[in-house]
Amino acid sequence: MISETAKKQIGETVSRYPEDQKRSALLPVLHIVQYENNGHLTEALMTEVAEILEISPLQVYEVVTFYTMYNRNPVGKYHIQVCRTLPCALMGAEKLVSYLEEKLGIGCGETTPDRLFTLTEVECLASCGTAPMMQINEDYYENLNKNKVDKILEELRQKAK
Amino acid sequence: MELILFKNMSSPGYTPKISSYLEAGGYQALEKTLKEIQPDQLIEMVKKSGLRGRGGAGFPTGTKWSFIPKTPNLIKYLCCNADEGEPGTFKDRQLMEKDPHQLIEGMIISCYAIGAHTAYIYIRGELVHATRVLEKAISEAKAKGFLGKNILNSGFDIEIYVHRGAGAYICGEETALLESLEGKRGKPRFKPPFPANYGLYGKPTVINNVETLSNIPHIVTHGGEWYAGIGVGKSTGTRLFSLSGHVKKPGNYEVPLGETFRHLIFDLGGGMLNDKKLKAIIPGGASAMVFTEEHLDVKLDFEAVAAAGSMLGSGAVTVMDEETCMVWATLNLMHFFAHESCGKCTPCREGAPWLYKIVHRIEHGEGKMEDLGLLADLCGNIAGKTVCAFGEAEVAPILGTIKYFRNEYEYHIREKKCPIHRSERLATIGFPG
Ligand SMILES: Cc1cc2nc3c(=O)[nH]c(=O)nc-3n(C[C@H](O)[C@H](O)[C@H](O)COP(=O)(O)O)c2cc1C
Ligand code: FES
Repeated sequence: MISETAKKQIGETVSRYPEDQKRSALLPVLHIVQYENNGHLTEALMTEVAEILEISPLQVYEVVTFYTMYNRNPVGKYHIQVCRTLPCALMGAEKLVSYLEEKLGIGCGETTPDRLFTLTEVECLASCGTAPMMQINEDYYENLNKNKVDKILEELRQKAK
Repeated sequence: MELILFKNMSSPGYTPKISSYLEAGGYQALEKTLKEIQPDQLIEMVKKSGLRGRGGAGFPTGTKWSFIPKTPNLIKYLCCNADEGEPGTFKDRQLMEKDPHQLIEGMIISCYAIGAHTAYIYIRGELVHATRVLEKAISEAKAKGFLGKNILNSGFDIEIYVHRGAGAYICGEETALLESLEGKRGKPRFKPPFPANYGLYGKPTVINNVETLSNIPHIVTHGGEWYAGIGVGKSTGTRLFSLSGHVKKPGNYEVPLGETFRHLIFDLGGGMLNDKKLKAIIPGGASAMVFTEEHLDVKLDFEAVAAAGSMLGSGAVTVMDEETCMVWATLNLMHFFAHESCGKCTPCREGAPWLYKIVHRIEHGEGKMEDLGLLADLCGNIAGKTVCAFGEAEVAPILGTIKYFRNEYEYHIREKKCPIHRSERLATIGFPG
């Protein structure tokens, strides 16, 4: 269920587009709803979004399946997205990925059993001059090395306690 | 050289706050515009400046604006393309995070020029921080009367909204951006009709890149001739180059058009990382064909790069050293293109994964000599056969590397292995302990 707080935010978002173009708010609204639902969307939520925006559930579903930022499966509390594209790869992105896999004990696309971390490889995040880099939830972590990664993971583990 | 776009943010203590921007003389160009300049004169001024789009195609901005019908009372839109997805490009992010008001002022002036009262900034979804900075800046500008109804008592109304995308490279293509903004899958539209006539919600629309729009206040302040006096020939002004890869000092550099790749890489970028030899340069983002060290003295101008067989594209310059396997690098980019094809056109949708598979088998020592002919044949059946320029983009990494590094492909096929051992290579570069 979408909360009243989120609905207010949705109302503000919808007001940014012409009255007869409510559908325009779809992408931003999905972000609001996904954020509130700990990082993923369910069919029930998509149907609710469709009702709010007065479009068909199919129109929501086809958008959710097109854009990589929408998750249809639960993700960990911290979603680690490592950039794998060439400029980052030139600076050791592959090694960053294997290091994370080893430290977290999971492969790409997987979530740790304690549901704390999900690891994903993604394409260029517009941060190629500070490679290798990763995004965790909303934040960018750049110019990474092993020490930094250790520290970042430790800090997140502490924060989650 | 005097900086234009990076001037404010390079001065000590400068913040994204409106107070910093005002102190630096911000929003005076807007006041001047509303008081002294008619929309038509503004378009002429931008034409005279020679400013060309910084998003990739380099289309003259003033000319693009002049295509918007002058019909009064017709709703028109401005969309700022802040999707910044071309691999290697990270300049728009810096412009938005560090000097958001420069962009906003540019957008307000541009709206006035084309008669738009609503503008959207389509920003890639991952840039949450930049989104917050922009939202804050918009509310500051509103509070000062630069945005909203009857701005600065001019009778002109304008609203700017930020719209977050959700992770799809194709939404940087202008018509896919419009589809996405309308709440649909980001699939490019067939052109014509062009957005100037049939854009957002079917209304006349201008789409301009963040950097393009950020130049506008400076052109208004100093005049079109002043801007045209910087750069060379038809490539006027400065450009932000995003330098990445094997260089000592990667980062964004503002350079007058007409300098050389050598200047950018060796003078500004500090030269090659670990003093290795340079092997290849991608001169304009992943969609641009690769250059080699022979091209170091090619000028950073649209025409010179095109004449040398590639494109200046999004201004992303990625440098690779002598130990980089070019088949591996191509494979990496083909993964990107195969992942990002939107699926609308068959040659692109089917072609990209097919190209990826072929390069994959070559890199892994399982290729055949016929594969090289097959790659060329496939590329010829993709480029130019799709609705948008993604088709040309996805074949560029292959065409460029086969042109200059065919011997590397042949080595992989003949010796059934990659000459560069990945784990040894990784031991010497990047991600240190
Ligand atoms: C596949 C593809 C991706 C593109 N991505 C971007 C992008 O991320 N940012 C951008 O400004 N332009 C991008 N463009 C170019 C836009 O279509 C358009 O030309 C540009 O936004 C126009 O603005 P300008 O004239 O100010 O450059 C892309 C084009 C294609 C074909
Ligand atoms: S390639 Fe990794 S951020 Fe661009």
